Amino acid sequence: MYDVIVVGGGHAGCEGANIAAKMGFKTLLLTMNKNNIADMPCNPSIGGTSKGIIVREIDALGGLMGIVADLSHFQIKMLNNSKGPAVRSLRAQADKIVYPKKMLEFLNKNKNLTIKEGLVEDLIIEDNKVKGVILSNKEKILSKTVILTTGTYLKANILRGSENVESGPHGEGRSNHLSDNLKKYGLEIIRLKTGTPPRIKYDSIDFSKMHEELGSDTFLTFSHDIKPQYKINEQQKCYLLYTNDLTHKIIQNNLKKSAMYGGFVTGVGPRYCPSIEDKVVRFSDKERHQLFLEPESIYYDEWYLQGFSTSMPKDVQEKMVHSLVGLENAVITKYAYAIEYDAINPLQIKPSLENKIITNLYTAGQINGTSGYEEAACQGLMAGINAALKLQNKEPFILKRNEAYTGVLIDDLVTKGVTDPYRMLTSRAEFRLLLRHDNADIRLREYGYKLGIITEAQMNKLREKLDNINKLLSDVKNTKLKITKEVASVFEDNDFDIPTKSLSFEELLKRTNITFNFLNHFINLDYSDEVKEQVEIELKYQGYIKKAKKEAEKLQKIEEKQIPDDIDYQKIKNIASEARQKLDLVRPKTMAQASRISGVNPSDMAILAVYLKKEYGKND
Amino acid sequence: MNDTICAISTSLGVGAISIVRLSGKDAIKIVKKIYKGTDLDKVDSHTINYGHIYDKNELIDEVLVSVMKSPKTYTTEDIVEINSHGGINTTNKILELLLENGCRLAEPGEFTKRAFLNGRIDLVEAESVNDLINAKTDAARKLALNNMGGNLTKKIEGIRNKIVELMANIEVNIDYPEYEDILVIKERDLIPKLKEIKSELQDILTLSKNGKLIKEGINVAIVGKPNVGKSSLLNKFLDEDKAIVTDIAGTTRDIVEGSISLNGFQINFIDTAGIRETKDVVEKIGVEKSLETIKNADIVILVLNNNAKVSDYEKDLMESIHPYKRIIYVNKSDLPTKISLDNYYILGNTIDDEGINKLKKEIIKKLELDTIITKDMSYMSNIRQIDLLKKAIKSIVNALNNLDAGMPIDIVEIDITNSFNFLGEIIGDVYHDKLVDTIFANFCVGK
Repeated sequence: MYDVIVVGGGHAGCEGANIAAKMGFKTLLLTMNKNNIADMPCNPSIGGTSKGIIVREIDALGGLMGIVADLSHFQIKMLNNSKGPAVRSLRAQADKIVYPKKMLEFLNKNKNLTIKEGLVEDLIIEDNKVKGVILSNKEKILSKTVILTTGTYLKANILRGSENVESGPHGEGRSNHLSDNLKKYGLEIIRLKTGTPPRIKYDSIDFSKMHEELGSDTFLTFSHDIKPQYKINEQQKCYLLYTNDLTHKIIQNNLKKSAMYGGFVTGVGPRYCPSIEDKVVRFSDKERHQLFLEPESIYYDEWYLQGFSTSMPKDVQEKMVHSLVGLENAVITKYAYAIEYDAINPLQIKPSLENKIITNLYTAGQINGTSGYEEAACQGLMAGINAALKLQNKEPFILKRNEAYTGVLIDDLVTKGVTDPYRMLTSRAEFRLLLRHDNADIRLREYGYKLGIITEAQMNKLREKLDNINKLLSDVKNTKLKITKEVASVFEDNDFDIPTKSLSFEELLKRTNITFNFLNHFINLDYSDEVKEQVEIELKYQGYIKKAKKEAEKLQKIEEKQIPDDIDYQKIKNIASEARQKLDLVRPKTMAQASRISGVNPSDMAILAVYLKKEYGKND
Repeated sequence: MNDTICAISTSLGVGAISIVRLSGKDAIKIVKKIYKGTDLDKVDSHTINYGHIYDKNELIDEVLVSVMKSPKTYTTEDIVEINSHGGINTTNKILELLLENGCRLAEPGEFTKRAFLNGRIDLVEAESVNDLINAKTDAARKLALNNMGGNLTKKIEGIRNKIVELMANIEVNIDYPEYEDILVIKERDLIPKLKEIKSELQDILTLSKNGKLIKEGINVAIVGKPNVGKSSLLNKFLDEDKAIVTDIAGTTRDIVEGSISLNGFQINFIDTAGIRETKDVVEKIGVEKSLETIKNADIVILVLNNNAKVSDYEKDLMESIHPYKRIIYVNKSDLPTKISLDNYYILGNTIDDEGINKLKKEIIKKLELDTIITKDMSYMSNIRQIDLLKKAIKSIVNALNNLDAGMPIDIVEIDITNSFNFLGEIIGDVYHDKLVDTIFANFCVGK
């Protein structure tokens, strides 16, 4: 008898199993193939805009993705450095061999965690409560909670042109019956689609015709707990190339042969991640589309052709690839394909990721309608934490929209549902100025510490950082810069306006162009870079940060307006019927959540507020 | 909102017919209790039915009853209107009977409030209905009707679409930083676009001030030395036109001496420096009081005496009125001319109407009242809307300032987003998903 069974060893499954075991529960991770633990079946990178911040959040809450990426990448860079503090985000090119290996090492160190091979085809359910799983060989394994992280394996079909094969990614097996059984238990099953581009043999590529993309020239890490493990000038290069007229012509002429345009696909694909044929059709006025070549690993010679995902048959793919400059003689090692799979309607899950219909059943990752390693991992982590809290008879741990991208993601899923695979974007976070890369530890470590997944040592490190931030804040407030001739000339040399009177360092730092680097000319402040960064951001964007915090507080007040679980939306007479249906489906916990449901208008909210006041005497 | 409300919908005492209106789920049931005639439960929706109202056995009135069944009604609820013969007593009696039988007396504007809450009309429309009910002149009525049709909403939506396109472009640059083939929106692209949005918003604001003129009327002050003829001028204005009897409390903080309708606009003569007061008091009123009056007026008529030289006091007054709202009226043209004046003025007297007609034309010219009517009428006319519009403009100005100060694009975008949201508040819209939709509709990105 296990406390927690995690079904699936992908990015969600690894985080979920690891954290539940870390919280002291006897955990079983079931995977179809131990060699595929933490596999990266698509792009060879971890992070990216907003996703990099999610990785920081996972790390701040004791998860593994950040530290494993730090130990396994061959290139890392900070994106959006110049576009503002809130949108900076890390991305690493992770080695597809090293990443899973390191992940497995961490999992194997976790003494409460067992890893076993097996294909789950059914659940053991009693009185709408999950009691365990049934494997394809009919073996029954009992447990108190189950976390499903099935990725794209539920009734997966791989499509290339008219070719349609029942198969998981890369020819792996698939789960044939689990989604049908879930349907039997009352869950709504939706069909989604995603895709992956072709892989190219290294020595068949002519890189001389492409533009080099380099890694960062400073040291960077996802994890708050380790020092950089790489040498800056030993990072691998990626390359930029473009499609051309010929490529577009080949695609246009063969459009009907693609699985998508030939009508062979039933699942809904992600909007943000269109196939190359989608791009050519939808943006027909564009002369060229950008593509990247990225190495998958330093241990084998396959390169990933980012931006070229397609569901064309193999012969057309050959022509398409060979039309690209630098790939005239390229050898395709793996053909691109589209993959369709079953997922559940996320409106049927709670903000804790527990299922609304089947108690003690949690889901995370692609089964909830998301896309991306990072999106999956943060859900896995939250599902693991909440399964453990349930076993401890504690309230679930729910991150708010103003606390973490993870909170935004889960709230979006359970409130709005999905129409296509959900990818995180900075624009989804209305409080992104608060949800920065640089403050993930300040936002979340305290929670982790209270949950017992952040150690005393880790917490002490954060406390020391906070102390130093406060010290530096008072240092710069209390130190004034006298404007002598020498000082004035330094300002002049840097093309900065010379202050007309002596100013405190605090006042100086509020200016857009003045940084601690510049202040080094006048004073030696002995603080770490991350402390200086915090102080600089806090001072420079003070007005906006304060405003965002105020907005968040305002939202908090509506978040606190609870909607009783037993509310009967049929009884609210004047609410629009679309709003009534949506409210009934989502069953929001708070007025704020209700207001975010699409199809629920301000007037519906007013009526709901009036009804609650009348029926329950609250909601002022 | 589960109760049924009723109110008298026509003004009391005037007209041959008066209407009592009910809205709510029990509207028909309640009327049936006091009505004898066709069975209202069985009649089709949107029909007029003949019958009688009884108080127990006593006949109150012969009536026509309109039945409009949910949902295709003004409030989307069941609505019944009882058309009775006018007269305070009869109408009040019917209202009383309805209240006795389970109706609640509607609060002012409650029918419209229900229409809004039931999603029948949007916020701007709801506000316009309110304006329409309170409209006193033809122009005000047209303005209200126009807003009800959603013209203002369309205009604001147009500007919001421009803003959301900018936002989407900025966002796509942030979310896909390495896609060099997407237009990377730079400071130099952003500044002209923001300036354009700013000027469009300012145009609406300028027009909104006209909207305020239309809705609240034009405040005209008559100032001048004692005994110069202010009082007789005012009387001439008021005598000639049928004065509007109105209660405009809340529209101006000045005391209104009287109102007339001019070119469809309501002209309010505001506290004209005590011209109704006795001579003794008038003499004590100094420049200070006049200045206050001048500040609050849209038009100031300065009355001078044709038969006297311009005094220092009058020169001070003249200079304290901004030329764009100043009209100089030289009275007593029937007496010998002693005045000498370089400024443009209108000459007149209390005997004939030549002077006063010229004055009216001058007011129309100054405020361009003739052009306001012909322009499209999508003006914002209430304080809530104007306030939000000003905030939207200020946010765009902030964004421009931040660009100028070299703030990163992410910070610049915060103010752009705020502007978008303020405009959304004017038309009562929610926004967030729209941005994501625009990003994917307009840009080609992805793996």
